[in-house]
Amino acid sequence: MDFLADISNALPEAILAGFGLAGLLIGAIGGDRISGLLRLLAALALAVAAASSFWQFGKGEAVAAFASAELAPEGLYRATLFTLFAKGVTYSLAALALFMSGGFLKTAQMERYEYPLLVTFGSLGAGMMLSANDLMTLYVGIETLSLSSYVLAAFKRDSVKSAEAGLKYFVLGALASGLLLYGSALIYGFSGGTGYAAIAAAPTSVGLVFGLVFLICGLAFKASAAPFHIWTPDVYEGAPAPVVAFFSTAPKIAAVGLLAHVLFTAFGTHETSWQQIIAIIAALSMLIGAFGALMQNSIKRILAYSSISNVGFALIGIAAGADIGAASVLVYMTLYVVATLGLFGGVLALRRGGKAIDQISDLNGLAKTKPGIALGLLVLIFSVAGIPPAAGFWGKLQVFTAGIEGGLLWLVIVGCVASVVSLGYYLRLVWAMFMKPAGEPMDKTDFSIGAIVAVTALLMFPVLTIAIQFLLEMAARAAGG
Amino acid sequence: MTGPMLLTATTFLPLIGALLIVAVRVTAGANAASAASKIIAVLATLATLVVSLIALSQFDASKVGYQLVDYAPWFGGSSYKLGVDGLAISLVVLTTALMPLCILQSIKSIEDRLGEYMICFLVLETLMIGVFCALDLVLFYVLFEGGLIPMFLMIGIWGGKNRLYASFKFFLYTLLGSLLLLAALVYMSIVAGTTDVPTLQAGLHPETGALLFPPEVQTWLWLAFFASFAVKLPMWPVHTWLPDAHVEAPTAGSVVLAAVLLKMGGYGFLRFSLPMFPEASLLFQPLMFALSVIAIVYASLVAFRQTDIKKLVAYSSVAHMGFVTLGIFSFNEAGIQGAIFQMISHGVISGALFFCVGVIYDRMHTREISFYGGLVHRMPVYAALFMLFSMANVGLPGTSGFVGEILTMVGAFQANTWAAAGAALGVIFSAVYMLTLYRRTVFGEMTNEKLFDIKDVTALEFFILGLLAIFALGLGVFPSIVFDLTETSTTEVLRMIGQ
Repeated sequence: MDFLADISNALPEAILAGFGLAGLLIGAIGGDRISGLLRLLAALALAVAAASSFWQFGKGEAVAAFASAELAPEGLYRATLFTLFAKGVTYSLAALALFMSGGFLKTAQMERYEYPLLVTFGSLGAGMMLSANDLMTLYVGIETLSLSSYVLAAFKRDSVKSAEAGLKYFVLGALASGLLLYGSALIYGFSGGTGYAAIAAAPTSVGLVFGLVFLICGLAFKASAAPFHIWTPDVYEGAPAPVVAFFSTAPKIAAVGLLAHVLFTAFGTHETSWQQIIAIIAALSMLIGAFGALMQNSIKRILAYSSISNVGFALIGIAAGADIGAASVLVYMTLYVVATLGLFGGVLALRRGGKAIDQISDLNGLAKTKPGIALGLLVLIFSVAGIPPAAGFWGKLQVFTAGIEGGLLWLVIVGCVASVVSLGYYLRLVWAMFMKPAGEPMDKTDFSIGAIVAVTALLMFPVLTIAIQFLLEMAARAAGG
Repeated sequence: MTGPMLLTATTFLPLIGALLIVAVRVTAGANAASAASKIIAVLATLATLVVSLIALSQFDASKVGYQLVDYAPWFGGSSYKLGVDGLAISLVVLTTALMPLCILQSIKSIEDRLGEYMICFLVLETLMIGVFCALDLVLFYVLFEGGLIPMFLMIGIWGGKNRLYASFKFFLYTLLGSLLLLAALVYMSIVAGTTDVPTLQAGLHPETGALLFPPEVQTWLWLAFFASFAVKLPMWPVHTWLPDAHVEAPTAGSVVLAAVLLKMGGYGFLRFSLPMFPEASLLFQPLMFALSVIAIVYASLVAFRQTDIKKLVAYSSVAHMGFVTLGIFSFNEAGIQGAIFQMISHGVISGALFFCVGVIYDRMHTREISFYGGLVHRMPVYAALFMLFSMANVGLPGTSGFVGEILTMVGAFQANTWAAAGAALGVIFSAVYMLTLYRRTVFGEMTNEKLFDIKDVTALEFFILGLLAIFALGLGVFPSIVFDLTETSTTEVLRMIGQ
């Protein structure tokens, strides 16, 4: 296969890599003055990458690239319909997260040209790891994402908390990368290859299972699943709000999608070895995410625990196995990240004197001061909590269906309990917004953020409540391919 | 979409009203919204009532099966399917008839954020009507659980002092029950490949014709459904959310809660548990009898000891819901007809009682029984109306309460003498607590100075209570209005459980 064909098959990543490199040049010349322009361009590039992913998805077959006859006959890069769908959602959300961060960056004096480029490179890494067909490609993708993320977490250079978040993320992330590499080495040793096909073809052995456990640990860290979730609340709290909006959406669905993809393809033949592990991780995540947030007062920490809990729900779908659960994972994560984006939009929208709000008490009386945003957040909160008629409920219904079909009734019941417990803190947010007297007035809301909140809220109710068939069909197609 | 669209219109008219208020709120601000919301809400609920009456007139009570079915495909094995039988249409009309009264009462008594209040109320009405019309399990679940959100907001925003505790308890209690229902629902949809209610009621796989749920599976599914409906109804011992929610909710919220939301539990048993899991229902009959009798006796005794009028009425609701479950699980025509009648009658009577409490609460802002006394001297009309509803609640012959209680007990007698005897005790107890309440608040000398210039009912209050009085007496004298409607669905339920 010649180079041009490879590039055109890896079109979304090629676009992002090209834009990222060009952006570095432009930024180096233009400096921080053109950061606003670069931000819009980066959002555009991400949108184009998303469109091309969906376009490839629409063609209905997997695309492969960078094959070599001896080492990787199937290609180092292979995007199946499953990963194409996940990539499409990842890039779209990265674009939206970037689009709505403008006002915040300006008031927080964080308008530097590196910001949009780091988001671009991070998304590129997320896309690469999803498209990997080989543990080496996977590692390179994860590291591209991680390194960008470490810098982004510490992006507010003069803030101690931001620096702390970056450092914590880096140290723990490096540990997880080490685990991942060690696992890959073991897998290589016992299966004789790093390609997914070679691993799938190898017989299950103790060494391979050992490697698999390390691999799962590393990936669970990236997806912030318990018990590898410890970094999440601290990083969410310390990092600047628009960065967290990015962290909790695009890389989140990429990480969960990656975990599903690797387990379903490379380890699909070793399903019995990982099913129990994933089920236990799912149960722990749901419970820790639900109980952990009950006593928190910081909105960002609450959303961090909520993301841990929600990843746990998505893992039910993975634990159910490829045939039953693949589509449900995509449905769940898509609905979750879209609603989360809106939630962070709300957090970004609410600023007092240029500072983003952080405590639950800052939301007090929002229904009076900003009724539109409050109504939107109400819908989004209930969507993330999975309460009908908000669309997030469909995600829960899908993973529960997969769980019961896969014989994991106990896990579904744990999920029910976790849902009720987690309502304890979701309702506190609603309580503050609607039932407390109003606090000091907020700054004016940027149009872009108001639009994101409105659009995501309308998507969650009523659009996707009614038209859920569309998303289900897409996901079923992705899982089938 | 196919179908006469009458039920769709009934269900979604209130929602359209709510959206109109939202539109006014967004474009013209809070003050304009509260002014406009009065007119919009009244018109929307009246229009809903009219459409539901048209639906009632189109309904043929002698026909077996669901009528006025609206259908549209949705996703997977689920569809948007609305339809009614005699049981459902009578509950729908109960809802649509009470709603305008609630709205009228709220216009007078709610001062803060009226526009938002009306939005909540209208959304709640849509969800309640939808629950009774839904002929698809997923659709039913979405509406059933969705109803928690507006009710939570209503208790939380417009409730009393302790509303934080009450609203959270209401939400979390009900949610835990309904999530178990969700798990069961998911299992059923996997086995049957569809969530269509008539198909599941038939109990046979739509393609293979095999029995869907063997008895041991039914047991578990029944328990999951039971968890949800028992909390909603509420049955002893999971009733504790109800007194709190009632006490803190605004008057109209209490009315809706008692009159309509509780009925979802009884409706659920009749629509889902009995027809879909007949063996399990028979198996659990003793349990249900025991819980019903405990609820009747225990809740009556607790009601007697209350110092808060609303709490007293709330516990009396728990006792009266005990009659409903008692009747349903008698598995005979008298019992089930009586249970349905008791649901409707309790809807009218408990609604009226909460309105009565609202009348004096609006004037004095307290619900302490000891605060009142001798109201008859200043409020003769109120005293007469309150007397009527108290007697109806006790089950005096001539009122609707009598018909429901006597029939459920006749049904229970045929099934289990002891259960009926226990329930009969409850009738006596209800007279004890209601008469005590009435004596302490209305009769006697007026000693509390603050009461001296209390005014009798206004024209609007007289209208609301008078209308409900007509219903309570009318149903008591002509109970066949309801029986004619529900007879076919009762025999259908009995056929499905093989009795």
